[in-house]
Amino acid sequence: MTQYNFAYLDEATKRMLRRAILKAVAIPGYQVPFSSREMPMPYGWGTGGVQVTAACLVPEDTLKVIDQGADDTTNAVSIRKFFARVAQVATTEATSAASVIQTRHRIPETLLQEGQILVFQVPIPEPLRFLEPRETETRTMHALEDYGLMQVRLYEDIARHGEIARAYAYPVRVEGRYIMDPSPIPKFDNPKLDNSAALQLFGAGRECRIYAVPPYTRVESLDFDDYPFTATKAAGQCCAICAAADSYLDEVITDDAGGRMFVCSDTDYCATRVAAQAEDAA
Amino acid sequence: MTPLLKVEALSKSYGAHLGCADVNFTLWPGEVMGIVGESGSGKSTLLNCLAGHMQPDTGRVIFDTRDHGPRDTVTMPTPERRWLARTDWAFVHQNPRDGLRMNVSAGGNVGERLMAVGARHYGDIRAQAEDWLGRVEIDARRMDDRPRAFSGGMQQRLQIARNLVTGPRLVFMDEPTGGLDVSVQARLLDLLRGLVQRLGLSAVIVTHDLAVVRLLADRLMVMKDGRVVEQGLTDQVLDDPQHAYTQLLVSSVL
Repeated sequence: MTQYNFAYLDEATKRMLRRAILKAVAIPGYQVPFSSREMPMPYGWGTGGVQVTAACLVPEDTLKVIDQGADDTTNAVSIRKFFARVAQVATTEATSAASVIQTRHRIPETLLQEGQILVFQVPIPEPLRFLEPRETETRTMHALEDYGLMQVRLYEDIARHGEIARAYAYPVRVEGRYIMDPSPIPKFDNPKLDNSAALQLFGAGRECRIYAVPPYTRVESLDFDDYPFTATKAAGQCCAICAAADSYLDEVITDDAGGRMFVCSDTDYCATRVAAQAEDAA
Repeated sequence: MTPLLKVEALSKSYGAHLGCADVNFTLWPGEVMGIVGESGSGKSTLLNCLAGHMQPDTGRVIFDTRDHGPRDTVTMPTPERRWLARTDWAFVHQNPRDGLRMNVSAGGNVGERLMAVGARHYGDIRAQAEDWLGRVEIDARRMDDRPRAFSGGMQQRLQIARNLVTGPRLVFMDEPTGGLDVSVQARLLDLLRGLVQRLGLSAVIVTHDLAVVRLLADRLMVMKDGRVVEQGLTDQVLDDPQHAYTQLLVSSVL
């Protein structure tokens, strides 16, 4: 594939993206506008994440792509193949072996290390979107740290449901300043955002926004003093394959008679544990 | 004593069209000032300029802030002005839909200002909201209902509770009784008068209803075509109007 420039995008576009990324890293949690390009995939399939990944990749990189934690779903497979083809980078399914990880809706269970980059695909970057429809007004609210409205939303949840009912895309405050939408990751993953060793980049293609959480940045989930944030998952369940009790679980319906099982959503984590258990047994 | 609000030579025009021109007045702590005049006389423009919703063309609006004494709110940085609007000022809109969040429960509406200034304890916020709903005579059981399920009078009272919860010192009201029927108006006025007296609030009330100013206002300002034509004590202006327009206004009361 020599018809394409390295990593699909031309160098001028990558420079534009890198400038946006640098600015985003300099102002943690701030949404930096960028001129999003059309990518050979539909909006909603990770066009923002793909552009950020393309701007980050160098030939020595090893890429991992996950979709809802899994390496083998359509979105993950097609993006991985895309970069294997247009950038000829090595790919992997092992979290610890990857230098760049593009993800949709999950943070890997394995603790990320310094030097790794985690790229999130973001559908709606504006955490205040459904509270205040005017984009001019939400920008002003961010600029002036006028975040009472976000707290009102959490208040409404408790008043109606007795707890903060938001289970994914749970709003966070970055380094005590900007309120950020962490993309639709389950709130189980929110604590992993905090003080992470890896660089975390967020790309929203349709909305033309990039934002970032640099390594070792404070990320707090919003809550009330008397209703503190809790990271939740399927209560009292373990993975049916690897028996992990500490990982985020998917509920899989197995038949029409109500049969179900819970399995790790992070396939690499699950497979690694199964391999280790087989080794122990042998 | 320092005046709470001092307005000097305030003017605002919309292109060639005049909004209000050369308005001067002083509002002292605990004083209620009424502004009357017909539609299009510049009352609402003036109020919006005072409350920082609009940038006046010329003039100064000096507010006696808690921490830094008298400051010109026109030239003050936006964050500071917004902070004032969330704490020391209140704005009651004519239409409660403009002042309320219609898709947020009554309790959330009252709690918003508390949360905007940093309250983070759900129980405390709820207790304060309940207290304020009681003060404006809304049943605590309606706390988790949305304002769209309320009657017009209740919505207006909810808007007042939402504004007064942070203990503002200056309340701007734009036709607070507009669009309400007469008996509801009377109750609302009674409530407002009680609150203003008990809390020692200062207020600027824009209205075209002379009964409202007679009940609530200590002083009165009459506007016509963007200019103040007469001002003085309410009773004095209403009982002995000097300007031709004020005489017309007073004589047109049904």
